[in-house]
Amino acid sequence: MSELFTSVEDLAERIPNGAKVALAPDYSGCSMVTTRALVARGARDLHLIGVPSVGFQGDMLIGAGCVATLETAAVTLDEYGPAPRFMAAVKAGTLKVIDGTCPAIHAGLQAAEKGIPFMPVRGIVGSDLLKHRDDWTIGTDPFGEQDGPLVLVKAIRPDVTLIHVPLADRHGNAWIGVRREMMVMAHAARETFVTADEIYDGDLLADEQLAPGTIPGLYVSALAKATNGAWPVGLFGRYGPDDAHLRDYLERARTDAGFAGWLDEFVYAPKAAE
Amino acid sequence: MSAEIAPEELLIATVADMLDGLRHVAVGAQSPIPGSAALLARARSGGSLRVSMLGSEAHSPFTDGGRELFDCAAQGRIDAFFLGGGQIDGQANINLVGIGDYPDTKVRFPGSFGSAYLYLLVPRVILFREEHTARVLVPKVDFISAPGVSDEDVLRTGGPYALVTGRCVFDFDAAARRFRLASVHPGHDTDEIREHTGFDYDVPDVVPETPVPDAATLALLRGRVADEVAETYPAFAARVFAAAAA
Repeated sequence: MSELFTSVEDLAERIPNGAKVALAPDYSGCSMVTTRALVARGARDLHLIGVPSVGFQGDMLIGAGCVATLETAAVTLDEYGPAPRFMAAVKAGTLKVIDGTCPAIHAGLQAAEKGIPFMPVRGIVGSDLLKHRDDWTIGTDPFGEQDGPLVLVKAIRPDVTLIHVPLADRHGNAWIGVRREMMVMAHAARETFVTADEIYDGDLLADEQLAPGTIPGLYVSALAKATNGAWPVGLFGRYGPDDAHLRDYLERARTDAGFAGWLDEFVYAPKAAE
Repeated sequence: MSAEIAPEELLIATVADMLDGLRHVAVGAQSPIPGSAALLARARSGGSLRVSMLGSEAHSPFTDGGRELFDCAAQGRIDAFFLGGGQIDGQANINLVGIGDYPDTKVRFPGSFGSAYLYLLVPRVILFREEHTARVLVPKVDFISAPGVSDEDVLRTGGPYALVTGRCVFDFDAAARRFRLASVHPGHDTDEIREHTGFDYDVPDVVPETPVPDAATLALLRGRVADEVAETYPAFAARVFAAAAA
């Protein structure tokens, strides 16, 4: 069981260039420490899947040139305003964006976790999103209970789900509480890599109160302990976002040179901020 | 208490009036005015209105991850929701993706979020956009994130109910597929609204002024609701309610 444990750097090495990587939104569980390690190892051509959106994590990977394709319902930094490196990449035409909508992303992952090729989703008909998706199509209810068009979305099978959690144990079980989008992500992906703020001394699945909110180790390929591993975004129930750092990031990421300076200070100069 | 009513307070009270009598209102992330309106409506509902605020640890009732809100909506468990738009057109189509010829957008917006789904499923979708300019309220959106109206064969249990801006309130007439000016906020007039609205809309013979909140509403808003809002939107609550109460 201890062979599950590795270093953050090794996790980043095991996410190959070109991989489809599912990421949780900033308010859920973001492995920012592995995100920096991916930038440091020079990851390229990643296909990010925001479940259902990405924020600072996506912006940093895009800015560092790690991302070829972004599949998401939105890129949002919430109250911090527009995502600067995402905007710059769209303007420069260096990023392919596959625009989606939250429930279709959840449904695509649910199809994958069930091992079926597609999932029907309500709504969406009449949205221009449909015109630009070759992995969505219009079908009908084969049982005839619902008349009219029904959107079918193809299963989304990530190569990797990358998340950060408050607690994990030596069996690879990872506690996510009510942030169960990460459960679906882990079920749907071929491999799941986890960083954890704290290692639980025992078996999370043996505790009846913790087990229902725990991703079983059978889905987890490798994990690393990373105290404060979601910094500078927050981790639910543990710590909030580092507001001063995020504001500084936004200011610097407005320009290519400013962003390069941020990378030098916080990614390439190891452990500068931790 | 100041007799001055902040513009935000007028908007909150106006939106809250649209929520009275409902069972469950959901509010998306980064929506301080709709969120405040929902909490005001809850405060005077006597406990019958449930409010689910995304991005709030205190007011989120969901335990099944990001999908649960959407599953709830599809089952008819959510009565009202709020959407905005970088562009909104006269048929109530909304654009959250960008300006220009997609995918080569000249201006990129954050993305469609759950709009393409919720707009068709939540019975009372209130469009809220404080900026009321011809730049935002356009004849035709460049990209339809979510359509205001649907063909008859499309199963649609929800859609636009009203559009609230910093200048006025429009009702949406789904049969006519048009907005109708419902009321004008104090200090604004119908000519100004025509000038700053890029789409055509109907105007009744008499257009009332948007009612200002009464003393009891203001007291509730600046007291209990201000405290509740501060949990999710501390900066907003401090700016709007502290100034009003000063």
